[in-house]
This record gives sequence, C-alpha cells and structure tokens, in this order.
Amino acid sequence: MVRDVAFGQYFPGNSLIHRLDPRAKIIMLVAFLVIIFCTFNYFSLLLVTLFTVFYLAFSGISPKFYFKSLKVIFVIVIITSVLNLFYGTGDPLWQWGIFKLTVDGINRAIFVTIRIICLILSSSCLTFTTSPTELTDAIERLMKPLNKIHFPVHEIAMMMSLALRFVPTLLEETDKIMQAQKARGADMESGNILKRVKSLIPILIPLFVSAFRRAYEIATAMECRCYRGGSGRTRMKVLHMSKCDVFSFAALGIMICGVILCNIFIPAVI
Amino acid sequence: MSSILELKNLGFVYGQGTPFEKRAVDDVSLCIEKGEFIGVIGHTGSGKSTLVQMLNGLIKPTTGQVLLDGEDIWKNPKEIRKIRFRVGMVFQYPEYQLFEETVYKDIAFGPANMGKSGGELDFAVKNAAKFTGLKKELLQKSPFDLSGGEKRRAAIAGVIAMDPDVLVLDEPTAELDPMGRDVLLSQIVQYHKERRNTVLLVSHSMEDIARVADKIIVMNNSHCVMFDKTKEVFSHGRELEKIGLRVPQITKIMLELKEKGYDVSDGVLTVNDAFAQISELLKKEGKIW
Amino acid sequence: MNFISVQNVFFSYSNPEDAQPVKNAVNGVSLEIKKGEFVALLGHNGCGKSTIAKHLNAMLLPDSGKVYVDGDDTSDAEKTYDIRKKVGLVLQNPDNQLVASIVEEDVAFGPENLGIAPDKIRERVDNALKAVDMYDYRKHAPYKLSGGQKQRIAIAGILAMQPECIVLDEPTAMLDPNGRDEVLSTLLKLNKDKNITVVLITHYMDEAVLADRVVVMDDGKILTHGTPDEVFSQVELLKKHRLDVPQSTELAYRLKGCGVKIDKMPLNTSDCVKLLEEVLN
Repeated sequence: MVRDVAFGQYFPGNSLIHRLDPRAKIIMLVAFLVIIFCTFNYFSLLLVTLFTVFYLAFSGISPKFYFKSLKVIFVIVIITSVLNLFYGTGDPLWQWGIFKLTVDGINRAIFVTIRIICLILSSSCLTFTTSPTELTDAIERLMKPLNKIHFPVHEIAMMMSLALRFVPTLLEETDKIMQAQKARGADMESGNILKRVKSLIPILIPLFVSAFRRAYEIATAMECRCYRGGSGRTRMKVLHMSKCDVFSFAALGIMICGVILCNIFIPAVI
Repeated sequence: MSSILELKNLGFVYGQGTPFEKRAVDDVSLCIEKGEFIGVIGHTGSGKSTLVQMLNGLIKPTTGQVLLDGEDIWKNPKEIRKIRFRVGMVFQYPEYQLFEETVYKDIAFGPANMGKSGGELDFAVKNAAKFTGLKKELLQKSPFDLSGGEKRRAAIAGVIAMDPDVLVLDEPTAELDPMGRDVLLSQIVQYHKERRNTVLLVSHSMEDIARVADKIIVMNNSHCVMFDKTKEVFSHGRELEKIGLRVPQITKIMLELKEKGYDVSDGVLTVNDAFAQISELLKKEGKIW
Repeated sequence: MNFISVQNVFFSYSNPEDAQPVKNAVNGVSLEIKKGEFVALLGHNGCGKSTIAKHLNAMLLPDSGKVYVDGDDTSDAEKTYDIRKKVGLVLQNPDNQLVASIVEEDVAFGPENLGIAPDKIRERVDNALKAVDMYDYRKHAPYKLSGGQKQRIAIAGILAMQPECIVLDEPTAMLDPNGRDEVLSTLLKLNKDKNITVVLITHYMDEAVLADRVVVMDDGKILTHGTPDEVFSQVELLKKHRLDVPQSTELAYRLKGCGVKIDKMPLNTSDCVKLLEEVLN
C-alpha cells in the first residue's frame, strides 16, 4: 500500500533533536552529507556511521520507521552496490565474462552502500523530527539573502510547505481511486510493462483533476484568510539558537575533524 | 428464495501483527436473499465500509468467508476480478473516479474490462445511462463538463453497466441537496425494481434508509448488532440511539407517543404512516371527520 | 446601517469562451444582517447561496448593486483585507482549507498574514482552539482527524483573526451526523457566548431551524425569509420548490389541513410530541 511510505513524514515529539533549531538542522545535514562522501577509509566510514546512529538515537523515533524509510530505496541500494561490485580496477579475484570481482570493487560496493544508507537515515531524521512548516520556514530564512537578487524565496517556501501538507491527503486519495477502479475491473497486477503503464491512466487522470480542484480551493481559502504574499507577514514561532544547537554543532565539528585526521593519517582504500 | 450472499464469521483486522492492529469487522454472520434491498447503517468507524468492501474482494477477510451463490469468493484468488463484476461497488463520491474523454467511454470502462464489445457493450452503456437518468446528449460530452449531480450519476452508471447481481452503494447521496437526493434515490429504487437484483445501500441518512430498505444491517464497534426488517429495526429506536444512531424524526415522535401510552404502533417510517395513525385516533375521538 | 447590508446585488460568472450571455447566479438580492444574529441561508445547489457567501467577504464583487460590511463598501480595494478580517469565510471541504501540517500552525496562518506579533499570535491560537474544543489536538496532523474535527480547526483558523462575523458555506455537507452535530454546537456556542454573527449556508433544514432567522433562496433570488417558525410554516411554498420541511412540521401541516387547530408549527421532535399530546387529549 502507498501509505507504507515513511520517507518525508513528520512525527511530533519533544526529543533533543526535535528541539534543535531547524536552521541548525539543515546546515548540519548539508555539512554531514558532504562529509559522508569524504570518507576514504574504513575508520572514517565507521566514524560517520557511528555519528549517524548516535544522532538517530537522540531523535526518540522508533527504529522501525527508519527501516521503513530504507525499504523504499532498497532496490536502488542493491543496484548501485552490485554495479560498483563489478566496476573495480585491479587483479580479479573471480571472473565470468565481462564480470570481474576485485578487492577494489568490493570496497567500492561497501562504501557506496553505507554512504547511501547514512544519507537516507540522516535526511529521514531531519524530516521525521522537523515539521514541514518549520522546515520551509528555516529554508526561507536561510535563503533570505537571495531576495536581493529577486529570487522568490517566500513563494517557493510556501509552495514547498503546501506540497508537504498535501502528500498524505493525495496518497489517501490515490488509494481510494485505485480501489474504485479495481471495483470496475481495472487490472493493475498483471500484463507486461506497457499494459501496466496504461493501466495507470484511470488512476492518474482523476488524481490530476482532483489536485487542480484542490489547488483552486486552497487558493480561495488562503485568500479568505487574508494571505497576500510574504511581505508584512509575521510568524508565530520565532526561531532562535539554543545551547543544544551549540552542542550539536560542536559534536559535528569534532566528528568532521576526526574524519579529516583519519583521511590524513590512514591510507585511503578507494 | 435462495441466498445470494452469505457471510460466515467474517472478520478483518487492519495491520495484523503491527502495533497499529485494529479490528474493523468482527465475526459477522448473515444471509442476504436474492432481490432484497438492504440498508447498512452505523456511525463512522463502525466497520460498515470495511464490511462492504469485503463483499467484492477489495479487502480480503482475515477470518471467515464470503459466499456468493454458495461459493467462497476467495476459492480461486486469481479469479477475484470476476467477483468484482458480479458484486458492483459504488464508492462514496464516485465522481472522483471519472477519467475518460467522454461519458460514454467512462461508463464503458467496466463492461469493457469484462470483455464486452460491439453491440453488447453499447447496450450495456445505454441501458446504464437510462437507469441513472443520464440524457443521451450527455454521453458524448467530457465527464468533467457535467454538473455535480450528473457526474455522480455517470459514475454510478459506470458500475451499473457491469450488470452486477449485487450492487453496493456507499453513501450515494452524500453532499447532494434534498432534490438531487430524492431523484437519485428513486432512480435506485426503480433500478432495483426493474433489474430485480440485490442492492446494499450504506447511508448515514436514516430517513433515506427508512424510505427504501426492506431490511437493515446495523453495525456497531465492528459487530453486526442487528439484522432485521426495517420496521423491526426502527422499533428499537432507543437502542439505536444508545449506539449513537438517530432514528428519523417521525419515528421518534411516534415512539415517544407510544411510550406515553397512546395507541400508535412503533417502527413508523414515513409521515404518511404517522398521519394515518394520528388521524385514525382523532376520528375515533370525534375530533375530526 | 446594519452590520452587513446587501443591496440589490446582481452577479454572473462570465465565461470568456462562451459568447452567450450567462445566467445570473444572483439575481437582485437584498439582505440585511444585524450584529450578533445567527442567520441560515437555505436553498438548493446552484441557487446562488454560495455566490452570496463570497460577496460577504469581498471574494466576489457584485456586477451591480452594493455590499456593505460595517459601513465599508466591499468594492473599495483598500478595504478588502479589513473586510476579510471582519468577515471570515469557512468553506465546504475541510481538507482543502487547512494549509499547514500541524493544527496550531494552521490556526496561526490567518493572524500571521495580518502581521500580528508572535506572542500575541500564540495567545490567539490557544484561545481559538479552546473555543472550538480542539486545544488538546494542537500538535496533531490535520489529515489524521475526523471531518468534524477538521472543520472545527478551520473555524478556529478564522476565529484566530478575531472576526466579527463568520460565514460558513455548507460546512457540514461532507460530514457524518456526529461531525455535523460538533460543528453546529460549536457555532451556536460562538454565537451565544462570544456574540459572533453567524451566517450558515446549508441545504439541511434541520440545521436551519436552529437559526434566529432563515433566508430561503431559489434561482438567484430570495424566496422567503423570517424566523424558522414563519418560514417552515409555509409548507406549500417550500414543497413547490422541492425544499424539505422538518417531518414534525409536515405532520402538523397535514393535520391542520384536516381541521385540527394548530397555532404554532412544531419544528422539532419534542414540540411536535407536545402538540400531538394536546391535540389528542
């Protein structure tokens, strides 16, 4: 079922990670994502993995949901790691036609798998612990300097927050439409790819029609509530950095130093 | 008469084995005879929607069986699509399923999936349009150009066109105004009369159910708490109120009069009935002629 | 002048693709609404009642005629937001008017647009949520709530702008009976305790009987208006336009036709039982 998708969902809570300033969370995530791809040996990789686990543990969210978010990208992980497995250079350990397995290939596969997993887990952690409004609010504030070059920061943030708000609603709607078409004998489970793609039409068209109708109604509702763009607008929640934010920046800083030191003193494997 | 649908200890649990486990339908056993018009009532979350979705295999029961004409519908899971043609299901707000270029093509979607074509298909579409009172000239229009009420009827026609032996309608009159509601209900009744098949109507409107149903299934807390003739069910007005259901205003008035010792019957369903009974009483006392 | 004054309004939805003149959605409507009143606007789909609703907060402007809110002309562009702040509009589909992913953030949307200071917004949001009895749900995600709860959040979102009047366009059409009860009792409470003017647009006559005044519309015009008693005792007129009357009123009406003396038409079950007891004894 489509509802099983956990990625991008928000779980209200009061954990340490929940209380961090969303701006801090975004900056930290970006820094972390960069550092994930700067791991060249197993020590730095371990450091990054431990840091991810440490971070998740403080989020107060059941590991079950993290596993669920991994489930979605499971196939991508498998494909990329298998590709990497046979892409290595050096002496083959095993060969079959064009497929050759090398030590380098195995290393690459392990690195790529763990990097993707850490990437998904840390981004999930951000969306799980930050409400979409907070998230877009933070993005809006971080991007504020771009206003100077007439980049529509507020509009884009508003669009993102609306999109996030309607993800669950549209998923539910998709489910309903699918049931209704199945009741009319729509066959979505059998046939070749072309047939399956075609069988999506009776679902996609009603979904688009309804999305447009919703968009129109939302616009009306927003106007009724005196919405007139970003200027003159205030916010209920004022963002401010706290001690927690300083601590987590410090933790991240130490981890980054660790990775850099590992990279300098320990030879790279890939 | 023979039973068309038989439910044996039917049960369904959502998210079995997860912490979100929720029992939606529990141990429902009942027999629906061919040709009956059944009303299904119960407040939101009572399990009535899950129950009806099990009748055509959109939801697979976790326990028990659904027998259609004496045969378990899940005997051959690969053939479940065929069951859906025999038990037609109209969902709430069915107009959101319309997708084709023309109303005609949209109504034809179900029967075409059944393998109908040519004259047979044409007949099925036109017949269904007739039953739901869709004018001929609307058939070549885009479904998105129709009015709200017409869209609703086109969507219902799309299910009727499969000529199901059992037709399930989930809140077909929701959001319609009183006039639209009356027209649609009488069309459904007319369809039932002519086609002589079995109809299940799920509704929150007790007035609608009282008007059209022969028998009523009352769902509460995932159980079927009553299954009886309409008059019988509504004569238990107090019990219905206890589970958060409202009986029609007229039924309640007569019930209260009876409780106060007046000589009126319980289970009165329409203003006509009530008027007949009251005027009878008044005549006896010589207050009117 | 009354709080809201609709003066001989005509309006048609123009469709640029059609060269043909379109039928007027509103065809000469005049209506006065006093401060603190609870008015029900009753009629079929397409009778023009929703169009009138959108005129009351300057979402639509009349083709001809005038609408005044608290003395301000709605066609005065400078007053648009003042008017929308005073007259809040709640729409039919509760899903499509909640804009944020968390209940309290949604309720804050209106006051944020008005540029209220953050601590004042918090106060307004809390009060609005308490007024609709949804304070305990302030951290919930709207899509997990029932229809009645969502609609009450939508009402709270309007309340947080501290309006003087709330107009609701068929707020209960998509709700189950419990949801309808929740919304109606909320509205009655707001009208009584906070003296908020309520204009309820509906096609359920059992909701209309709760109002101080009922206005019945048909075909873009006002068919009849008055107290619920006055309106629903015109059974024949309502039936002719295929509008419902409460079953108790209908029964009393038919008995009256047989020569039973009835002074006041009953509108609900208990009045009707009382009346029948009197008649039968």
